[in-house]
Amino acid sequence: MRKTLENLGRVTLDTVKKLGRANLFLLHVLSGTLAILLRFRLLTAQMYSVGVLSILLIAVSGLFVGMVLGLQGFNVLSDFGAEESLGVMVAASLVRELGPVVTALLFAGRAGSALTAEIGLMKATEQLSGMEMMAVDPVKRVITPRFLAGVLSMPLLASLFSMVGVMGGFFVGVGLLGVDEGAFWTQMRSHLDFEDDIINGVIKSLVFGVVVTWIAVFEGHDAIPTSEGVSRATTRSVVYSAFAVLGWDFVLTALMFGED
Amino acid sequence: MQQSKTLEMWVGAFVALGVVALFFLAMKVSNLSDYQGDGGYLLKARFDNIGSLKVRAPVSMAGVRIGRVSAIGFDKQRFQAVVEMHIEPQFDSLPEDTSAKILTAGLLGEQYIALEAGGTDEVLKDGSEIELTQSSLVLEEVISKFLYSKAEGSEKKDDASDEKASDGK
Repeated sequence: MRKTLENLGRVTLDTVKKLGRANLFLLHVLSGTLAILLRFRLLTAQMYSVGVLSILLIAVSGLFVGMVLGLQGFNVLSDFGAEESLGVMVAASLVRELGPVVTALLFAGRAGSALTAEIGLMKATEQLSGMEMMAVDPVKRVITPRFLAGVLSMPLLASLFSMVGVMGGFFVGVGLLGVDEGAFWTQMRSHLDFEDDIINGVIKSLVFGVVVTWIAVFEGHDAIPTSEGVSRATTRSVVYSAFAVLGWDFVLTALMFGED
Repeated sequence: MQQSKTLEMWVGAFVALGVVALFFLAMKVSNLSDYQGDGGYLLKARFDNIGSLKVRAPVSMAGVRIGRVSAIGFDKQRFQAVVEMHIEPQFDSLPEDTSAKILTAGLLGEQYIALEAGGTDEVLKDGSEIELTQSSLVLEEVISKFLYSKAEGSEKKDDASDEKASDGK
């Protein structure tokens, strides 16, 4: 009985401590923002490895997700004689939900895990302590550019995902299944609102970008500096990111599309 | 140096691609391209019953969309719905005796306001009110009216056959 209580207490304290560390770490990371914006080259280098190298994965996934939405949507909608609404269905589900969420999940797997492993290995091979010895703040020099690059890349990647997805739905719906092209676009345009749908989607992807990159860099920096510790941290980074993205998605959806 | 140049080029291409995608979503997928600046003017109309008319429902004339419903309010004195419509600036020559109806697109579709042009020379200006309105048809009312008229019709028939029978006596 006493053992169980002790365990429960320890787990709770560890979790709270870790949350506290994560928040202080975020403040530390953000305090280096101005310096990084002045040294823009550091940011571009990270934008390349975090954003540019994810383009192919995001674009191909978006294309297939859009094509599947087109096929499935057509099957259901044609039962009701509402094939013309295919465009609305594909675009609304992509822009509001699938674009930000699937992009964030793929981003956590592609870029987040790499960030965690890279920072964790830097810590394990004592590169970070080396920087400290040279009076360079490793958090500001190494982690801030990576964090900013992740936060900036996510909305761009999510927009790309949604656009390619709409194209995929268009190819399948209009090209293969013979939905009227004019109806596909005009119905879409009359049902989707710029502020309510597109901007809210971008806000979502920005929040997911912060969440995923924050978890990734924190797990890397917080990893036990051994090869096993780094491998655990990488796994945790992807798992926590997935949970956080799906949980936050519910909260954001309730806030954005809840009323009315 | 050469390598950092190509790297920068790739990042530039990535950002440009993202912005193009956002632009595509804004212009092609959403209704942003329908907004023609802040121009246009507001019209008001009172209805006894607006059914399930929503804000942002289309306002059309002869089937062409010329604006949107911008606000729906309630008049406490007259117990009527006050609908405010935003009409696009190029449609500025609607006659003053234009009438407004609430119709339904298709059998189960969304409701919209249809305007029908009148004949006077004076035109509706910003803030003016459309006097001639027709409420939306509520399905239950239509059905009950139909049933009443049916019942009345069959009663008359019964009366008539009764009279005939009494005549026969």
